[in-house]
Amino acid sequence: MRAGLRAVSVAILLAFLGLNVLAGLLTAVPARAQETSKETSKDASPDASQAAPQNAPQDTPATTPQSCDVPDYLLSSESSLTKVADAVKSGHPLDILVVGSRSSTIPSLESAAYPARLQAMLKEKLPSVTVNVSVELQSKKTSEEVAAGFAKLMEDKKPTLVIWQTGTVDAMRSIDPDDFRTAVDDGVAAMQKAGTDVILMNLQYSPRTESMISAPPYLDNLRVVAQQYDVPLFDRFGIMHQWNDSGDFDFFSASHGLELVKRVHDCLGRALSKFVIDAAHLAPAQQN
Amino acid sequence: MISVADGITGPPLAGAPEAVLRDVAPAAAGAVPVMSVAVVNERELRLDLFRGLALWLIFIDHLPPNVLTWLTLRNYGFSDATEIFIFISGYTAAFVYGRAMREAGFVIATARILRRVWQIYVAHVFLFTIFLAEISYVATSFDNPLYSEEMGILDFLKQPDITIVQALLLRFRPVNMDVLPLYIVLMMFLPFILWLMKWRTDVTLGLSVLLYAVTWQYDLYLSAYPNGVWAFNPFAWQLLFVFGAWCAQGGAKRMSRLLASPITLWISLAYLIAAFCVTLTWYLPQLSFLMPRWLEQWMYPIDKTDLDVLRFAHFLALAAVTVRFLPKDWRGLKSPWLRPLILCGQHSLEIFCLGVFLAFAGHFILAETPGGAGLHAVVTLTGIVIMSGAAWLFSWYKHSADKSASRTKGTIGNADMAGGSL
Repeated sequence: MRAGLRAVSVAILLAFLGLNVLAGLLTAVPARAQETSKETSKDASPDASQAAPQNAPQDTPATTPQSCDVPDYLLSSESSLTKVADAVKSGHPLDILVVGSRSSTIPSLESAAYPARLQAMLKEKLPSVTVNVSVELQSKKTSEEVAAGFAKLMEDKKPTLVIWQTGTVDAMRSIDPDDFRTAVDDGVAAMQKAGTDVILMNLQYSPRTESMISAPPYLDNLRVVAQQYDVPLFDRFGIMHQWNDSGDFDFFSASHGLELVKRVHDCLGRALSKFVIDAAHLAPAQQN
Repeated sequence: MISVADGITGPPLAGAPEAVLRDVAPAAAGAVPVMSVAVVNERELRLDLFRGLALWLIFIDHLPPNVLTWLTLRNYGFSDATEIFIFISGYTAAFVYGRAMREAGFVIATARILRRVWQIYVAHVFLFTIFLAEISYVATSFDNPLYSEEMGILDFLKQPDITIVQALLLRFRPVNMDVLPLYIVLMMFLPFILWLMKWRTDVTLGLSVLLYAVTWQYDLYLSAYPNGVWAFNPFAWQLLFVFGAWCAQGGAKRMSRLLASPITLWISLAYLIAAFCVTLTWYLPQLSFLMPRWLEQWMYPIDKTDLDVLRFAHFLALAAVTVRFLPKDWRGLKSPWLRPLILCGQHSLEIFCLGVFLAFAGHFILAETPGGAGLHAVVTLTGIVIMSGAAWLFSWYKHSADKSASRTKGTIGNADMAGGSL
């Protein structure tokens, strides 16, 4: 019917050429801008890679050093961490276990990944408490596979709090969202049965793979389970999205060094420490 | 109509939406008699208009979120452009091929439908090749250790033989390319649907509702490659398609009274407003404390894969209200401002494909150039201009360039372009 796909292909070819030209024009300028900003940052930053971000991802060289503040509503939770609160009040050590996939670590730089940063910041904010954060990496495992091991894992480690980062592998394998929900259900139930507090953490915001990985069903279902079991949900996706929107980070551009990863994990660890303290209702008075 | 209400009671969701459905369904349907009564040869411009709109919105939703994303339907309620697209596709397909079936018989109509299916299939494969190009580019150029896990999704590139065959079997489908496979499957069954409708229109709709209910009850699905399921479950989404077909087959005519009823209007409006308030809490999490917990637990997740009843009801309410306030002879339909939309709606398959392609291209540009919100908006607007321009070009071909050649053919149009030209 109609004018024919022949016309479509011609039009598409034309459009493609046009867009390529446009893209070429547009890339030329900012690419140069980025080069210069990289050079300046190289000169300026042989010092420690702490909060002050040097490698500005934006092309505007004049931006002030970005912060990674998280708006309160992204860190508030109606659910509370009673076991954590009890442990802190009674002076017991706070054993936190992070169960997650590869995005919970930085290969070859474990100490800069968010679990390690979380430990450092909790120690800083709760100086009177012994804080141990350990990580149980379950790369390439779906929630169902991870949840199956929880009973034994809880018995071995006996953590006060488990932070379960999940959904990425399921989304990549496009597991049926209903099955995913059941698996997370089972996992959370198993952990609560073992007597630990639980925080669920969702996917990373990853704009470049959006056309390949469909995150929304998994984000929705994690939220549902969190509500059902009255468990706080650390909205990593929402937080990173917010950072991207506000220009703190640019998660879109093609290549970044290790510097960005370290900064993101540092910021995530910071946000997570605040989240834990708030959800356990550890008012500033109790922190000292 | 009875079948709509009764069938919907099947799924376990009880209460409000059901009541809404019962009243709204006929209402939306009532829209249609006006359309089908219309002079047979005159196009129903409202259908074109809204299909064009759906195509634009789908395009915008496929781009990374930007300022213009706030204009799209999904931010203001449960349903989105996909519902409109599938409903109108069902309506127009049944309208065109239903006539063919009455005039030329089952075999001829089936043959024409299958030719159309083939066209859509070819379009899908064409889009897939573009997708492969985009993905391969990302795989080779995108190097961000933050996403080392997510980039694992590209592992399928290591087995192009399997991937490509699975794509040809419609089992491997990238995220933005889910609509065409759904459309293909639905069109495959159109001869059967039309044949049933020729026998008993209402029974056909009843069966469709039954299948929908069974899907929810027994969790029917089509599996995908390498694992997972189809993002739009055809067993569930057929409901919208058949409903559209049912409307086109005049079944809706009997319901024009219900559509005109003020009760229908108020229930629809109330539901739309309620849905809007709920949606608001998704985008302004600051407000989420206002949502009662029991409501959240009952309502979430609103399932897109299986066409949640809440989504379907939202679409019906939207249709009811739209039809009420936008009469068929509305003068705006002839205005040059709406012309681009209508043209896009008239060439839906081509424009849909172009839209998916432009979304890929847009992703590419936005990834390569750190341009910020301004560039986002420019890319989106450029895409819409290109889509409109292409639609204009297609209709120029149809009305001017091909005129002498395809005089003899009617609405169903030229056969020669499908397989051969691509």
